[in-house]
Amino acid sequence: MSRTIFDKIWDQHRIKQMPGGADLILIDRVLLHERTGGVALKSLIERGRAVLAPERAFAVMDHIVDTFPGRTDRTTMPTGTDFIRATREAARITGIRLFDLDDPAQGIVHVISPELGIVLPGTTLICPDSHTCSQGALGALAWGIGSTEAEHALATSTLRVNRPKTMRVRIDGRLASGVTAKDLALALLGRFGVGGGAGHVVEYAGSAVEALDIEGRLTLCNMATEFGAFSAIIAPDEAIFAYLEGRPFAPSGACWGAAVRAWRELSSDEDAAFDTELAFDAAGVAPMVSWGTSPQLVVPIDGAVPDPTDPGPGSIESRTRALAYMDLAPGTKLAGLPVDAAFIGSCTNSRLSDLRRAAAILEGRKVAPGVKAICVPGSTRVKRQAEAEGLHEVFLEAGFEWRESGCSMCFFAGGESFGAHERVISSTNRNFESRQGPGTRTHIASPETVAASAVAGVIADPREAVR
Amino acid sequence: MEPFTTLTAVAAPLLRDNIDTDAIIPSREMRTVSKKGLAAGLFSGWRYAAIGSRDPDPDFVLNDPAYAGAQILVTGANFGCGSSREHAVWALAEYGFRAIIAPSFNPIFRGNCVANGVVPAVLPGSLVEKMAAGLAAGPGRTLTVDLVAQRIDGPAQESHRFQIDPESRDALLAGADPIDQTLRLIRDIRAFIDVDRKTRSWAYPKG
Repeated sequence: MSRTIFDKIWDQHRIKQMPGGADLILIDRVLLHERTGGVALKSLIERGRAVLAPERAFAVMDHIVDTFPGRTDRTTMPTGTDFIRATREAARITGIRLFDLDDPAQGIVHVISPELGIVLPGTTLICPDSHTCSQGALGALAWGIGSTEAEHALATSTLRVNRPKTMRVRIDGRLASGVTAKDLALALLGRFGVGGGAGHVVEYAGSAVEALDIEGRLTLCNMATEFGAFSAIIAPDEAIFAYLEGRPFAPSGACWGAAVRAWRELSSDEDAAFDTELAFDAAGVAPMVSWGTSPQLVVPIDGAVPDPTDPGPGSIESRTRALAYMDLAPGTKLAGLPVDAAFIGSCTNSRLSDLRRAAAILEGRKVAPGVKAICVPGSTRVKRQAEAEGLHEVFLEAGFEWRESGCSMCFFAGGESFGAHERVISSTNRNFESRQGPGTRTHIASPETVAASAVAGVIADPREAVR
Repeated sequence: MEPFTTLTAVAAPLLRDNIDTDAIIPSREMRTVSKKGLAAGLFSGWRYAAIGSRDPDPDFVLNDPAYAGAQILVTGANFGCGSSREHAVWALAEYGFRAIIAPSFNPIFRGNCVANGVVPAVLPGSLVEKMAAGLAAGPGRTLTVDLVAQRIDGPAQESHRFQIDPESRDALLAGADPIDQTLRLIRDIRAFIDVDRKTRSWAYPKG
């Protein structure tokens, strides 16, 4: 019978069916971070349970570590040190490999996992983090869970999961110049809504997806959680195999050949049936920017804030509430809206190609007076590569802060934040109320839109800044 | 975990779509490496007069004395979207909620509910709206969530069958620790891994 890539991975990992109808699924990789992973490990230890396969579990410090140069265990977040030290201690006790603050492999979990070859095509991977779906970009079945399920996976190398439905989103056409995977992800959310992927594993396919580089695919899959999906996946191709070869945790020697042979069989069969099929034209996508407090509330950058009573995603009440929170009036043009801050970072958009594209816009330009601008590379490795290319000088000369890697101000954890009522243009994934600071107003967009806006001092179309 | 069979309790309406886990428990409220001590931070961005303060905002539903002791929350679509933080459910449960009624839930949040003995009950949006309006019209009214019969009963003899997947329902009814249950299958798991390690040696890092 013809099968989708999801079916192939699921069937290979299904140990048995449970009485309630869920499948007991083998988990190949467990990733943890100090924010939600430390509490899972601590709980496991307190209950006297061991990690069944510590060599297939990894932990990293990314969520609440400071990103200032010269950082230590001490954090701006009042009790962040406790999270760092608890995770370090629990990793030591359980024998899990930890990428600590000073490790050259440290970084945001969804950035370092591909960099290190931890995530592999055809594997199952879980992490108590909603953006774990990012890693489906490499052809893995990777999904986010809570801390209790992480404990379950650590103790048993399995999870009990109801088999999700399958969806294919076929995206054809070519993205226009200056339009990126981020704009595509936002456009999909605007079109199909935050419940668009509910109950499904979403396979992104089509010529526009194949044309994305690996980092673009990671960005596209990253926001599948905002789409309400179980996860997202993209069939791995030769570009993925070439990317993985030689990475520290990727298979090597004879195993490498066997791996690639297995990976070449993963793609969905030609006539495989999906529970749901959607189609989308990439050619019509413009740089997108959010105006509200849900990632489905987006418009093309030359668009205007819609009237909440017009048809749109979510309820009229929620759109009205979003307008009030964002202090916007219907009909206001997004382009030209003054910003107080600009942020480039997060598991969505902090990889080397993101920084290169932003730097291309910033080169020879200055951040507008009064705009606080921050760049947080996604990993220590990304930071060093960027520095080897001199990108840090471009950011610094433009007036951006250049930070150590971490999740940073993608969210406010009680430490560093943007200010109340400040308007921030941000390459992150969530524009929720108070996400980046108490009362902060977040507009999410691509890194190049953030760079162009930082320079202009107002939300600005990156296509006009590209030289 | 306490088994859930049936619960009659005050139900609070909070009818907003897409209530995210940042709203349920802001990251700034997650101060300790613990599953406890989170109830005071529940909905803190809405519940208190200002961020950082603990002065109740009288306009927020849970601050109405009529909803004191509420154990059922009636809310909007895509409840629990956003961050996977299980702290959202720990905070709701510690506050006292044992059942949440909504047209849809974020999948990670739904799993976290089941892991903590909280029933995620799905009803059609139109019914949820009606139910919330009825509760708002008579603050302090109770609902009954009957997990055995998979029904929600209201004060005026109305009764609706709700959706929940059988795996979650069984787990909530039993109140059993899923890790202990799965560990009973450890021989099956080890046998599966032994075979898998031969066919997919590439998936096993050299320890």
